[in-house]
Amino acid sequence: MPDSPLIRVRDLRFTYPDGTQALNGVCFDLFPGECVAVLGPNGSGKTTFLMHLNGLLSGEGEISICGVPVHKDTLREVRQKIGFVFQNSDDQLFMPTVLEDVAFGSLNLGLSPKEAERRARRALELVGMEHALEKAPYHLSAGQKKRVAIAGVLAMDPAILVLDEPTTFLDPPGRRALLELLKTLPQAKLLATHDVGFAGHLAGRAVFFESGNIASSGTVGEVVEKCGWC
Amino acid sequence: MHYAVVERWSRGRSFLHRRDARAKAGALLILLTAIGTAPGLPAALGGAYFAYLILGFAMARVPVTGALARAAAVLPFSLAFAAIAAISGDPARAIALAGKSYLSALAVLLLVATTPLPKLLRGFEGIGVPRFLLMVGQFLYRYLFVIAGQAASMRLAALCRGGFAKSGPAHGTRFRAAAGALAVLFARSYGAAENIHRSMLSRGFEGHFHLLRSPRFGPADWTFLVSSAAVTVAVRGI
Amino acid sequence: MHIPDGFLSTPVWIALDVLAVPAVGLAVRKTQREFDEGRIPLLGVMGAFVFAAQMINFPVGIGTSGHLVGGALLAFVLGWPAAAVVMTAILAIQALVFQDGGILALGANVTNMAIVGVLVGYLPFHLWSGGGATARSIAIFAGGFASVLVSAVLALVQLILSGVPMPAPVAGISVGFFAVSALLEGAITLAVVQALETINPNFIRKAGRPKGGAAAIVLAMAVFLAAVGVIFASSQPDGLEKLAMNVGISQRATNLFATPLADYEAAFLQSAWLRKAAAGLAGLALVYAACLAFGRFSARKRSA
Repeated sequence: MPDSPLIRVRDLRFTYPDGTQALNGVCFDLFPGECVAVLGPNGSGKTTFLMHLNGLLSGEGEISICGVPVHKDTLREVRQKIGFVFQNSDDQLFMPTVLEDVAFGSLNLGLSPKEAERRARRALELVGMEHALEKAPYHLSAGQKKRVAIAGVLAMDPAILVLDEPTTFLDPPGRRALLELLKTLPQAKLLATHDVGFAGHLAGRAVFFESGNIASSGTVGEVVEKCGWC
Repeated sequence: MHYAVVERWSRGRSFLHRRDARAKAGALLILLTAIGTAPGLPAALGGAYFAYLILGFAMARVPVTGALARAAAVLPFSLAFAAIAAISGDPARAIALAGKSYLSALAVLLLVATTPLPKLLRGFEGIGVPRFLLMVGQFLYRYLFVIAGQAASMRLAALCRGGFAKSGPAHGTRFRAAAGALAVLFARSYGAAENIHRSMLSRGFEGHFHLLRSPRFGPADWTFLVSSAAVTVAVRGI
Repeated sequence: MHIPDGFLSTPVWIALDVLAVPAVGLAVRKTQREFDEGRIPLLGVMGAFVFAAQMINFPVGIGTSGHLVGGALLAFVLGWPAAAVVMTAILAIQALVFQDGGILALGANVTNMAIVGVLVGYLPFHLWSGGGATARSIAIFAGGFASVLVSAVLALVQLILSGVPMPAPVAGISVGFFAVSALLEGAITLAVVQALETINPNFIRKAGRPKGGAAAIVLAMAVFLAAVGVIFASSQPDGLEKLAMNVGISQRATNLFATPLADYEAAFLQSAWLRKAAAGLAGLALVYAACLAFGRFSARKRSA
């Protein structure tokens, strides 16, 4: 019997209050160990889709994360299991020091300050930022900020990582370093990006969003070719 | 930006840097009160407090000339009033206004140059300032750099197109352009705030900020507070 | 106008600190009722926006320019309690990090700009903006105008009460200058509100229906109290101290203050400045403790 999916989405529909139909019956599965790239034009519904996965938005249809249906009573569990790394690290690193920021999630899970700090230190070691504990986030480079943002999510011990446009603000060495880091992380990954090269190095499978639905799926190469996406 | 300098100073490791924020804030309040309640500012008193503060900067290994220059930010305001006082025939008052405001600014600068702002705010929580207010201050300070950066780039873009602030025939248009720029800056700030909120929710935020360790007020902090208060009061007696 | 330390006389700064502490406490309480902690980033970022907005210059004509102060604009976006909280945070950070405004004088600056400035900025909007589009525009302009003018004049009055020499022509020129800044603030506030509404009409709060005027009375009372506080401070420069003496606080506070240095106690008791300062600080501490106790009490009542 194949593994049960970590993310299971069935017939997901969502309309914004202004009437824009953003998602139109999306079905999607993510299995353990997978890395799936989410490609598609701006406004095709990629980010709206991602924001449903941890209940930031809620539409019609079914979503379950590690077997737990996403519902307002399960948000705590769901948000521990699925870690979001936002496009702009400045939006994510809002606490005054790196250590406090990385500990933010664990403290919300109800861990003691001591345990939260221990986890934060370990997560920072994993991403190679243990030297920056007491630094203020705005003193870090874009690449370092991204690593700290990832550490902040890893400290919560998630099963899935969701990365929204992780390469946007990175220079080529920063991008390469991020690629190496993500390859070492065992979590299943969902990667929304315009950076086809990056997706190709990391993702075994890709889905292509177009007007609120998945128009095509396959390997990154196949999808790119089929959709004329390069 | 120019205030990043204070931020850098505040991350030092000297004896003063290591003191609890509450001890330093208490010492500052006593010093400010002593300066503020003095009738006039005799040269001996002003000189003694000045020397005391310089000693503080030297102890904290903060560049003294840099600190003196920064505290001068208060002078345009106070010198203007001092000039008015001098002209209206009250030179003692003139000296007191300029001297007291400069010494006070220098004293505040010594506190922020030896205490990172987040620690200072945390210290204020320890003396009963509402946490809600302090968290607003913390977020304000955190995003000041980000939003000021955006404002600076918008101003640059406007300068490339002739600037907002030159008067000329299209005066009203420029005024509206500046208002439009502010509205865009506002909308971006608002959007950033919503993204921050989303990222907080994504990491399990449920309506209350939990904080890591709270600082300890040790014997060294007591010693510092009491001895600096003693010096302040003794000098005030001159 | 941010008043630095060293300008206000002791009774004036103490009276205004005493006034500002419960006022800010009340604003925080009302804000918390409306915004949960999850909205703290919004308030902080709005504060950063007002800070940064001061980098964008508006042409005044005759070759000069001015910038937004922002108290009224914040009130239109966040409501007056949250705007007062954000302005307080701005003033505190300006005083601490930029040495713009004093620490002992923070109560004065908060009273002028964060409390009274925000309240009078919001009042016209609250009263008139339910009317037509023109009434609303006038209310917005008047709010910006009044917030800057009233704060600046209050600051001027406090300086005069403190004995800072202010020959009549200088005071006259200052008031004229304030009026120009206030007109500019009104114009900027209105222009920015209009530009904001084309981006997203929901940014600006819906006009408060003039319901029974209870809130308006509270607002007017607050303005009135602020004025009375200032006048009280001026006519009774030693009133606070006398009050403290009468209830015996001063003596005890002085003892408390000097205990670590008991050997010098006799000398200190004769030192008038110390007694005065101790009396003032004791008064401040009392108000502060009362606010804390009230906060705890009502928090318990709410959670019960």
